Amino acid sequence: MYDLIGVVDWSRAQFALTAMYHWLFVPLTIGLALIIAIMETLYVRTGQERWKGITKFWMTLFGINFACGIATGLILEFEFGTNWSNYSWFVGDIFGAPLAIEGLLAFFMEATFVAVMFFGWNKVSRGFHLASTWLTALGVSLSALWILVANAWMQHPVGMEFDPAQMRNVMSDFWTVAFNSFAINKFMHTTFSAWTLAGVFVIGVSSWLLLRKRNISAALSSIKVGAWVGLAGIVLTLSTGHGSAALVSRVQPMKLAAMEGLYRGKAGQDLVAIGVLKPESNRTPDDPMAFSIDLPKGLSYLIYSDGEHFVPGVYDLIDGISLTADGDTLRGLSYAEKMEIGRRAQDALRDYDNARKADDKEAMDVAAAAVKENFAYFGYGYLPTPEAAIPNVALSFYSFHIMVIAGGYLLLLFIAVLFFCYRKAEILKRPWMCWIGILSIAVVWICSQAGWVLAEVGRQPWVIQDLMPTSAAISGIPTYSVKLTFWMFAAIFTGLLIAEISIMLRYISSASKSDIENPKH
Amino acid sequence: METIELLQAYWWLLIAVLGAALVFLLFVQGGQSMLFSKTSYEERQLMINSLGRKWEFTFTTLVVFGGAFFASFPLFYSTSFGGAYWLWMLILLSFVLQAVSYEFRRKKGNIYGTRVYDAFLMFNGLVGCVLLGVAVGMLFFGGAFTITKTNILDANAPVISQWAATHGLEAIACWKNLLLGFAVFFLARTMASLYFINNIGGDEIFTARMRRYSLINGLVFAVLFVAFLVVLLLSDGLRETNGAFVTEKYLYFHNLISMWWLGIILLAGVVAVLYGIFRSAFDKRWRAGIWYAGFGVAAVVAVLFCIAGYGSTAYLPSTVDAASSLSIANSSSSLFTLTVMSWVSLIVPFVLAYIWYVWSKMNAKQLTEDELKEEFHQY
Repeated sequence: MYDLIGVVDWSRAQFALTAMYHWLFVPLTIGLALIIAIMETLYVRTGQERWKGITKFWMTLFGINFACGIATGLILEFEFGTNWSNYSWFVGDIFGAPLAIEGLLAFFMEATFVAVMFFGWNKVSRGFHLASTWLTALGVSLSALWILVANAWMQHPVGMEFDPAQMRNVMSDFWTVAFNSFAINKFMHTTFSAWTLAGVFVIGVSSWLLLRKRNISAALSSIKVGAWVGLAGIVLTLSTGHGSAALVSRVQPMKLAAMEGLYRGKAGQDLVAIGVLKPESNRTPDDPMAFSIDLPKGLSYLIYSDGEHFVPGVYDLIDGISLTADGDTLRGLSYAEKMEIGRRAQDALRDYDNARKADDKEAMDVAAAAVKENFAYFGYGYLPTPEAAIPNVALSFYSFHIMVIAGGYLLLLFIAVLFFCYRKAEILKRPWMCWIGILSIAVVWICSQAGWVLAEVGRQPWVIQDLMPTSAAISGIPTYSVKLTFWMFAAIFTGLLIAEISIMLRYISSASKSDIENPKH
Repeated sequence: METIELLQAYWWLLIAVLGAALVFLLFVQGGQSMLFSKTSYEERQLMINSLGRKWEFTFTTLVVFGGAFFASFPLFYSTSFGGAYWLWMLILLSFVLQAVSYEFRRKKGNIYGTRVYDAFLMFNGLVGCVLLGVAVGMLFFGGAFTITKTNILDANAPVISQWAATHGLEAIACWKNLLLGFAVFFLARTMASLYFINNIGGDEIFTARMRRYSLINGLVFAVLFVAFLVVLLLSDGLRETNGAFVTEKYLYFHNLISMWWLGIILLAGVVAVLYGIFRSAFDKRWRAGIWYAGFGVAAVVAVLFCIAGYGSTAYLPSTVDAASSLSIANSSSSLFTLTVMSWVSLIVPFVLAYIWYVWSKMNAKQLTEDELKEEFHQY
């Protein structure tokens, strides 16, 4: 028998592996490109050669990292076809466009100007080189824009309609697909988080230089730029994160419930600041937490700006229940009812196909109308039980809280570092402060990865929200093939990551022994 | 002609142009396949640094080729990539290894050593070229697949495109596909020789050797390509007639005759390639062979795509169920999406213009050993 579950799980694992590795490298590329551009601007504006040396130091680290981002990104694009072939047909009419635009608008820009950035120092004018560096930074951000538009669309499918004749969705409004609030928010939240990450990276590496008492002037100057970019990044990440949660509550309420570990909601819902979930076997809807520190009515206030607003939990959503501020119960559609509607849509699509084969135009019209009427819950027709629509609560909960706690810490870090920069620079040279800077590199990467784990795990089982579960998006390949490619890529990506880290460490170490502000080349 | 048909034809042309650009840019892979031939350390450094400034264009063109295929003909993306899994995975694997190799190969702390990264480049040079040729060969010689869209309504077995159990390995084993694959490989090596003649200066012995290489590889390519062309023009194909795919003898030959202007472009392309190779081989002062051969190659490849897809031809014929075959009419995006994408495609001349402008500045002088010694960033 066709091993559907095996191939779905392994394909998900392979995609997660690729995406997570990709996201180890890409935010550093995005953020560091901006930091390099600022540093080179300082060089051009002030005419100080030391800024050129500093720019080149960070540019070399950028180059080492850039290659790995490209390598993992290639697989990511093609995996939509190789491992998610049904998906590619079902929504390819909408999803393919941003990918093509990304290539055309952004990748060529990156490829062209990154070459000038690295090889053009002695070939083009100072102004042309600076423009190329900024265009590289713009190119990497533009490539993020289009893939995030595509990702946001999967989480909030808009600007399309279903065509029963072709059994697929077709685009009806490009601007809505490209620039709906969900897409814009996702782009901003992700890009700003990349600024944050690169800011910490620069502080961390510079802190190591300070710890070793090498290139102190270059390190302190770099920290200033890194900390300002990082502070702007984290403030904007936090504010767009708040917007993101509000949007999630509207279009993916199940994800919101999962990330808060909320099984039964109430009016005036508390926010879990820190908490530990009980093991799944002991978890009850009314008492899921082993331990938690809550902010009273925090979640209601945060999401709805109304401390008394009802926030639905996992089972409220499954039952279709919400409460008014007065405690009255309101009934909406339960998941069982949505499954029923989804099956009606699928039955109508079968009827449409039979009518088409029989060339019965009237029956086709009737069936098409029924598909349209029920299509909003088409994907629920695939679910075996309402509970199948619950994502992994523990993973969602912990990734969310790790992300938020780490984000809060990073905000404090940037404020403190900037304060020390301008008021007490000596503190930045103290070993304990240097170690905080160095170890924060790990924190920011964990924070960044946790954000994507939440975004992708929290929306399960949907590959396209409410319309297509992951299990229906798959390719017709045997499980062992995907297992084999999974391990193949796991080995290669891990090997490349180890090599990248090793090369970076060696480069930082050897460059630190020379004068970064006056390089040989 | 209805608007949708016009746009489908336009997008197939863009796919053909991107495919043509990709094959032209495979000179990077061709050059990588020469790294283990008899070269001194200095020569290898020059070759790698010369290629290293262009590898991203080949890579990006591959990515854009994939993205454009996805956006314009999603049923191909769905069927071919999910079906011929191993063929595409091996192609991708070779390009993943390439992507890091330039940057990492000579960096201290790279763990695996320079020769391992050079071997990755070599692997990409051979496997990337041959298998991309095999993938293009599939456009003519097809695959064993079926498409049943109603499968999507079966929650237990929802996959609409089903491929033979060998999942692309059978395409690699098909001698007709391999004929094209190796033709592409030797073409890439020929182009690489011509590129080095153009881009690397100051070493007459090296340049003389590249002139010889371009001739040897060019002759092997010519033999393989002519053989492929004969096989192709004698092959059957599937043409959509009155809503059904019907086998037609010598279909591709008929396409070339009925769309005679394609035949003329093909001939002009072949002449340009041969001119580029032969003059480069015998005119010791001539460096422009890459441009003649490059435009010639692009013309030939674009024509191959055109005769694969135009005239209601099945561009991905199914060898087990003719009705499942893909044509540009039955596999394209909707009218709306094709229209949007066509507007977006207007940016292509602008992109080409800035690439041209930037590289005219960057390539003003040939790469030499002396320049390399002064270079801030080298591979």
